[in-house]
Parts: sequence; structure tokens; C-alpha cells
Amino acid sequence: MHTQKPPSSLPAHRYTLVVDLDRCTGCGSCGTACAVENNIPPAPERSTERTGVVWMRVHEVTTPATAGERTGFVPIPCQQCDNPPCVDVCPQRAIEYDPRTGIVGQIPVRCLGCRYCMVACPYHARSFNWWSPEWPEGMAASLNPDVSVRQRGVVEKCNFCVQRLQAARAKAAAAGKAEIDPADYVPACVEACPSRALSFGDATDPESEVARLVADGESFQLLAALGTHPKVWYRSSDPVVRERLSRTGVMRG
Amino acid sequence: MDDTLIGRGLKRTPLPRFLLWLAPWAGLLAFGLYATYLCFAHGLNQTNMDNRFAFGLWIYLDLTVIALGAGAFFTGFLLYILKRTELKAVINSAVVIGFICYSGAVGILMVDVGQPLRAWFTFWHPNVHSMLTEVTFCITLYLGVLAVEYAPLVMKNRRLKEIPGLLVLEHKLHKLMVVFAGIGTLLSFFHQGSLGGLYGVLRGNPFAFREHIFIWPTTFFLFILSAAAVGPSFVLLTTWLVGKVSRKRLVSPEVFQTLGKISGWLLLVYVVLKGIDSLVWINATSPKTGVQVSSFYAHPPFGTWILFAEVVLLGLVPAVLLLSRRVRARTGLLVLAAVMACAGVVLNRYVMTIQTLALPSLPFDSFLSYSPSWQETAAFLAVLGYGVLLYSISFRWLNLFPEERELAAKG
Repeated sequence: MHTQKPPSSLPAHRYTLVVDLDRCTGCGSCGTACAVENNIPPAPERSTERTGVVWMRVHEVTTPATAGERTGFVPIPCQQCDNPPCVDVCPQRAIEYDPRTGIVGQIPVRCLGCRYCMVACPYHARSFNWWSPEWPEGMAASLNPDVSVRQRGVVEKCNFCVQRLQAARAKAAAAGKAEIDPADYVPACVEACPSRALSFGDATDPESEVARLVADGESFQLLAALGTHPKVWYRSSDPVVRERLSRTGVMRG
Repeated sequence: MDDTLIGRGLKRTPLPRFLLWLAPWAGLLAFGLYATYLCFAHGLNQTNMDNRFAFGLWIYLDLTVIALGAGAFFTGFLLYILKRTELKAVINSAVVIGFICYSGAVGILMVDVGQPLRAWFTFWHPNVHSMLTEVTFCITLYLGVLAVEYAPLVMKNRRLKEIPGLLVLEHKLHKLMVVFAGIGTLLSFFHQGSLGGLYGVLRGNPFAFREHIFIWPTTFFLFILSAAAVGPSFVLLTTWLVGKVSRKRLVSPEVFQTLGKISGWLLLVYVVLKGIDSLVWINATSPKTGVQVSSFYAHPPFGTWILFAEVVLLGLVPAVLLLSRRVRARTGLLVLAAVMACAGVVLNRYVMTIQTLALPSLPFDSFLSYSPSWQETAAFLAVLGYGVLLYSISFRWLNLFPEERELAAKG
């Protein structure tokens, strides 16, 4: 089927995030660190759960009673799909898939704000800037100079802290190296997670932790049947959790 | 002044009464313009759309008016390309309706996007893979074609005809009308199709996604066909409605019957193909993504009744009615069938826009609801106000129905 086609060519590096659901406590540190790193403004008073700007949303999920009711947390950033449903729909090329890294980048300065990419994304990983960004007095001085502030009327999303990759590349280049040191490129959410529920790395490197984790049989992708080939993986030792969360369609029974 | 603008042999209501008729529509337009000002000044936080319900009333309106406005291109195609000369009686009105629908849609789109000043990026840096690029190009170009088709109507106004340059230009444009009808048909095929494609290509949404024929999802073809089917019905309806409001005979009953018959045949073909498409979707496309179609209809009020209403009640039934000679011979029944046909496409666009977004996609998602804000509703109503104003002015001072004078003389 059309949706099941694998990407025609895989990127040279496949930066991958693995979320260990057994370890996630739902503390929200990942989202807070993400907001600070990426200059995400505080939500205005009038905003709701569905109108704020969030790059890493932590969902509280309860499995149905029939499956032995249990509650857990599922952090969902952009899934960095290798077959992204959003790239092709953007009318003015404001979304780009980087064939070197597999990172799906959103380019706010090109964005028309039509929100078609938001409709196309089954993971609801994007936010629209419904308001102009505003920071409390003094807080603007602490903005990250490596990340542009976005204006009202554009869409934004997680890009695996690509500015950190650029910094790692610059550091490697200055040292005369062709490749970055993996320790130099860690997204803010991974760095901040107190329970080490998040692992990040290049899955093409067989020695990397993420390569080992995605291959051990306890990892799965969200909505894998849609053929989007996400590079965010989830894992749990509980087969019920794995089965429930990896299916397409709503959990029932 | 007003009398000298009204075509010879045509009777129109006295000017004060006409202005009184315009007043509420102008009020509606002004109210809507205020709402759009709020959206431009303060942003789209004035709407009730959100990160999950990223499309709302306005996109629905765009899809609907563009489908109903298809009468302009399809009547032009039938008249100028297929030489169905009896449709000359309604072509002018169809062009005005088309112009209103398309300009209204483009206007609303400009409010709907977060950065309207960047709209030119789509033309300068287009993503050729995006259905929205195709929609933007074709709608904009077709609006230009409609403006060119509208221009001769204005130039044929009794007073403007006295300007020799305009008369010559009108004559030359008229000779080119077959070319514009052809271009309009081509552009319309693509943008009607691309509007359907907008949803059919959504690989991440098993409710909207459809199998592809070459590079196009089946919704591409279904949107073209459904728009072509209801376009003539909408021309029929508006002509009938204008006749009722103005208390005049504008076209002969045979024209209504021709429009109804064309609409009926196309609607029947559409319903058959829509039925086949639905069966493929139910039995193959959706199950392959791990979703049973029944789950899409498990969220009230979106039960299976909506599919039945779309395909049978407001698809097959009006098609059969429109194809019946006895029904077509009775204007009341013909109009009812045309209303049902239009309602079917209005419902289809609603399902594609609203149900697609309301349905959950992640295993732990919930069914979403959305209701438009007053600003969204006001902007929607502004298009209605603008449409009635422009049509009323065109009806008064332009010759929209060439048979009207002759029919009036006959009494």
C-alpha cells in the first residue's frame, strides 16, 4: 500500500530518541528544559491545553480496566519520521527533511501559517502561535541566542535541538574532525530527564545505546502501521502497554 | 441616473426599495469585516480553532463555496466547448456566482492563514508536491479567468456600452470566451481535484486517506465529479431563487430541466464511484492501517447515518429524482431535488473537513469537538452578505439573463 512504502533512501545518520515508559514519572522536566532551550514563551492567560505552544507534550495515559487498569506517562515530541506526512503537504517548503540526519526541520520564517502540516501529523506534534510571544519583564534577557524567536501566525515543533548539533559540528570542525563526538549532541529534554527515561543517539552507529534499545524487542513506534517510520521509539517491559500503545486507533477493551 | 443604467426593456424595483434590500446585507458585510479586522489585528486567537482542530469553519466554507461555484466553469464548458446553446440563458448568472464564490473563498483564506503577507511565497517558492500549492495556483488563476469572464458583462451595461473603446474590448473578449472557458475548465478540474486531494493524501489519517490512481488519491476525482454535478444544480437553484425574489421569469422551464438533467447524470456517476470508493476504503484501505471503519462512526453524532445520508439520501435519491422526466416537469420537485443534491455535497465537504479532525488518531486520544467563535461566524456571514450585494447589483444593472426581456414581453 502507498502508506507502507519505506523511505527511498535512509539518512547517513539517524538521530533517534528512545523513551522508556517504565522510567517516565511524568515530572515534565523534559518539556520545561525544551521550552527554556528553544525560547518557547509562557502561555498567555487565555490559552488552553490545545492553544499553547508545546514541543514536548507529556500525556497521562490510563489503559482500560479490561486490560488491567494502569496509568503511565507518554512524552510526545515530533516523531522525526523518515517518511514524514507533513513535508509534502507544506505549500511553501517550510518543512525540510534533512537527508544527512533524518531530522525534520520546521522553518518558521517561511511558514504561511496555513496549518495544513498540523492536520497532516497524526501525532499532533505541532503548535501554532495563536498569540505573539511575550516574556515577563527581564526574562527576555535569558533567551537562548542560538534559537530564533518565532512570531505570531506560524507553526513550530521539536527539531531535536538542532542548534546543539550545529554547535557540535562547529566544535568538531574546529578540532579538525569530520564527525561530531556523540557526547556533544544531546537534546535538552534528554539532558534534563531526572529518571533517565530518554536516550538519544545515532541509530546507524551499532555501538550506540539507541541502536541496542530499538533492537531488543521491547521497543515500538507509535502508529507504526501508518508507515511514517518515526525515529522516536517507546519501550516498556510490559507487553500490554506495548500492545496497547503501538496499535492504530483508540484503546478500547 | 439609476434608470439609465438598467438595461432597456428590463423592469427593476424602485431605487429606494432596492437600497432597503441591500441594507441588511451591507450590515452583515460590515459586521464580518470588523471580525476580520480583529483577526488581522490580534491574530487567530480570535477563533476557536486550536492545535488539534487546526482547520475549522473557514476551510469548510472554502471547500463548500468552491464546489457550489463550479457551475461557472461547468456551464461555460457545456456552452462554449460542448455547444449546449440553451445554457446561454444562465451563463452570465453562473459567471457572477462563480466569481462571488471564488473571490469569497480567496478572501476568507487570506484571513485564515497566520501570515497572509507571505502568501506570495507559494508562488515564488512552491512545493510542487503539495496539493495546497496546486489549489493556490489554480484558484488564483481561475479567479483571474472569472474576472475576465465577468468584465464583458459589466462592459455591456447600457451606459458603459456608449464608450466605444469598451464596446470594442467587450466584443474582442467575447470572441475569446471559448478560450477562457477552456482554460477555466482545465484550472477548475485541477483545483476541485486538489481540494479533494488535500484530504486524500493525508497518510497519517486513515479516515481521510484514500487509494491513489497514478499520483492522485481517489478523492481528487470524486471532488471534481461532485462539483461538476452540483454546479448546475446550484445555478438552477440561484436562478429559481432570484426569479422568486424579483418576481420575474428569467429563463424558460426548459433551461431548468436541462440543468437538472445534466446534474442528475453526473450525480449518478458520482454516487456510483463514491460507493465503489467507500467499499474499497472500508474493506481494504482502512484495515491495512490497522483501523476498522466502524470505529470512525462510533462517536456520536458521527454515526453511520452520515455516510448513508451522504451517499444515498442526498446522493442517489436526488440523482434519481433529477433523472425523472416527470420530476423535472414540476419546478417545485426539481428545485427540491437540486437542494438535496447541493446538500449532499455540502455534507461531504463537512465530513471531510470536520469529521477528519474530530476523530482520534493516537491510541489514547479522545474525540474532539469544535464550535466556531463569533468572529469566525461573522466572517463566514460576511461572504454571504458580499455575495448577495454583488449579485443584487449585477442583477440590477447588468443583463444576467438574456431571455428575461423576451419572457417579460410575452407576459
